[in-house]
Amino acid sequence: MSAISSYARALAAATGTAAPIATVRHVHLSERPLVLVPLTLAGEANAPLAALVGTRQADPTLLVVPQPRNRDLRFAFAADLAEIVLPHVLGFAADAEELANGPRAHDAPQLILPNPAGLAFLRLFGRSTRFRATDGDYAVPPSVPLLGRWLTFFAERAEIPGSSLARAVTDLLSLHWATGQSALEDANLAAAMGWIDPPPGRDGPTSARLAEDPAHSPPAGPTTDPGFDNDILAPAIAAYDAVTDPAALPTVLARLRDVLRGQLQPTWDLVWRALDLLRQLPPGASVAGRWETDRARYTGFHTYMAEEGLPQARLDGAVAAARRLNRIEQAQSAYDAERAFDDPLVMADHRVTGEAFQGTVLAVDRDRRVPNGRGKGRLVTRPLLTVRTEDPVRLTLGTRVVASSRRKQECLIVAIDTPGGDDGLTGAGAGTGTGADGGRSATGATLITLEAQSGMGRSAAPAPGSVPEAGETLCYSAVLADGVRSVAMPDAADTPWTHGGPPEPYEPNERDTAEAWD
Amino acid sequence: MQNRRSEQIRGSEQIRGSEQIRTEARLDLIRGSAARRRHDARTIAALTRNPGCNRRAVLDAAGVDKDGLSRHIGFAAPFGQSQFAIIRGNAFEARVRNDGGTDLLRLLADCLGFDLGPAGSPGVTVLDLGASAEQDGGVRPAAENLADRLDRTVTALRPDPHGIVLVAHPLLALPVGGQDVHLEPDLLVIRPDGQFHVVEIKSFPVVDGQADGEKVAAAAVQAAVYVLALRRMLRAREVVPTVPMMPVVPPATVSHDVVLVCPRDFSNAPLATRVDVRRQLLGLEHQLTRLATIEALLDDLPADLTFDLAAGPDGAPTRPATELTTGLDLLDARYTPDCLSTCELAFRCRHEAAGRTAALGASVREDLGGIDTVTEALDLAHGTRAPAEDQAEAAERLRITARMYAEALAGASHPPGGADG
Repeated sequence: MSAISSYARALAAATGTAAPIATVRHVHLSERPLVLVPLTLAGEANAPLAALVGTRQADPTLLVVPQPRNRDLRFAFAADLAEIVLPHVLGFAADAEELANGPRAHDAPQLILPNPAGLAFLRLFGRSTRFRATDGDYAVPPSVPLLGRWLTFFAERAEIPGSSLARAVTDLLSLHWATGQSALEDANLAAAMGWIDPPPGRDGPTSARLAEDPAHSPPAGPTTDPGFDNDILAPAIAAYDAVTDPAALPTVLARLRDVLRGQLQPTWDLVWRALDLLRQLPPGASVAGRWETDRARYTGFHTYMAEEGLPQARLDGAVAAARRLNRIEQAQSAYDAERAFDDPLVMADHRVTGEAFQGTVLAVDRDRRVPNGRGKGRLVTRPLLTVRTEDPVRLTLGTRVVASSRRKQECLIVAIDTPGGDDGLTGAGAGTGTGADGGRSATGATLITLEAQSGMGRSAAPAPGSVPEAGETLCYSAVLADGVRSVAMPDAADTPWTHGGPPEPYEPNERDTAEAWD
Repeated sequence: MQNRRSEQIRGSEQIRGSEQIRTEARLDLIRGSAARRRHDARTIAALTRNPGCNRRAVLDAAGVDKDGLSRHIGFAAPFGQSQFAIIRGNAFEARVRNDGGTDLLRLLADCLGFDLGPAGSPGVTVLDLGASAEQDGGVRPAAENLADRLDRTVTALRPDPHGIVLVAHPLLALPVGGQDVHLEPDLLVIRPDGQFHVVEIKSFPVVDGQADGEKVAAAAVQAAVYVLALRRMLRAREVVPTVPMMPVVPPATVSHDVVLVCPRDFSNAPLATRVDVRRQLLGLEHQLTRLATIEALLDDLPADLTFDLAAGPDGAPTRPATELTTGLDLLDARYTPDCLSTCELAFRCRHEAAGRTAALGASVREDLGGIDTVTEALDLAHGTRAPAEDQAEAAERLRITARMYAEALAGASHPPGGADG
């Protein structure tokens, strides 16, 4: 939670409709996302029960496992799913541009799941299929382990902040809207959508309550409603198990497919409605850049699968795990910074906490030159800007800040002149905050002096337009991508004994392929 | 000396006994004619997660059927269990326990690092203290049966210096809010050196050494409840292991290392994992001491308060729902969104909490400066209400937040849809 999102939650609770907490879309949305709504059998270890899958709302494919405890039927499901997922996923690689360090596809596949539990299903289903052998005792079609490796790739990318390759819809919604209920309740897709886009004539709370009734709105899975399990699914599966006459099978299967479609279809429609809503928001400025990284990762994995194609190990080794953690941390900090620069509503959060401030440039010493500090008496251009802000700044001298509209220019805070030294220029701030009792907060404007460090071109005088003009309104933020390089990791083969020593190189073995799945 | 002390104990037990009888009578009245719902490790865990909730404390102590109650007053919460989950759970437990627990013993020996001795050595005693048929029905077994089983458990709780003792279905008692609550751990392992380990059999899978964090956390708290109960029982009842032939008896201690037995990967094969529950124990002990005693809570309630649904001949409740909700209003609830996953009455309490910032989550309430209601928070944010003295700081921050929010929305080139804010 944050100040802005909590305030927005309060607003939503008071008005009965969700309140926006983003003005742009922070995620890439594919023209042709592959939506997957999976269901599992309760109690079992990620045993698939059914799924709706497809790239268009109008024609999803329904896959059903009539007896989820039967491993042959489970693998038949995996093979069917592979028939749909693999052609789609692999199809993007053909259209690629050649870069210095290899090819990069122009577009990449995107997987959309209803909720984080759906992503967890993806990860576990990938895990349970990627080691399967295509010959021997428990042979499966070659597409099954291939599907497993791709699903694992998507599930792993889903853990990288800012990646759009595989996303859960509930996460996307709560990134852009605050509802008038708790975050815990937002995990229910239908309830969250009830707040954000209630049907005509209903408000958020009423729709959300209705959404919680499994009879009115089946859960978005993968766990099914226990009532449905006991009253409808169990008899339908029992009927399937009891079939002895092959002629009776179609009727029994049709019944199972019917009841499962009934559980899946509402979620399927909600997912597409949510995607439509998100599409109405214009994409943030850095969304394309992050998608470029996704495209590169996708292409890289595609190449790897074509060349080596070994399944991902069960567990990361020490070095691989440390690297991965590092990547996640760096991606998180870059993502946080970019989102704030892209979106004034996200930036507002940093302004409330005093890590960012918006203000007007009062004065500019554009041609200021100072010794570069490395001796030899050379001078460098270091313009000074004085910015006046009414924000509650909590930054210290020497902090690096960057303006959202001038992202290539880093500045250092060299002076802060706090309120008290009132210059009488107390203009009323915009918005609702300076009401009756607002006098106390509005009287004090802070003057901040910044020294521009970069982004002014190579010549002695700053390039035209490269330094802000007096009168310009800017928003400076100290929430920047963490540019610190991590310590160099040893080679995996040199993993110290404190971390378990060099990991055994991974080779698919008997134990993996013969793993019981019952 | 020994005798005098035990007489004293018996004396104080009598005083405590008569109080307890009065309390029991009150609780029986509150519950009414329905069968008593048993407390179990799960409900204790839930109770200690929200120790400030007097409503839950009283209803659970009285063993009220909260599910039936919430259903009747129109706030049914979905707490059903799928038969598929139950079947799988039972199948797994049966598999773990089959062939007299030989496999299980080997797993436990590996996990806890004790020596089983040569295969088939006589150093293992398996005691089954009797599964109660009502185990899953939530109905309290007959009192006599309970006392028997407690006695049997107490007798069984002694180490055997010559080998491992495996106790299945023991019955433990733990005082919660002044009431003895009976608990049934799956298994106890008693090592020759006097160390007890609680063993829980759970049917969620451990895939590549990782399991669902929430489920592990719940299982750990549940096991911690058993550890605590065992420790208190051993202390209070002074189970001095008296093996006549053994002059030196190792002291009985209950280890904070419990064992979770779960299916490995996607199979049905069991995997034992050692879990340290010290942190959970600290939390539990702290919360249990904070729990107001039921007696104190009952003192503030009208003597005729009851949540008896007064089921008619057809089993349908006959007591008007309004009477029940009036009764509920007398019991202070402390709703948090967490309740939704642990308490059958959560929907009712959420309904009452509408408009409160706490209903949006603890962190939201904190972000809103701890202001109690949404309206007040927004009024302070919009400057339409003068803050009380202790609200000045919160109000200042709220005003800034509201200003920033409005500015950012107004400044957006494409005003986002969804709400008018």
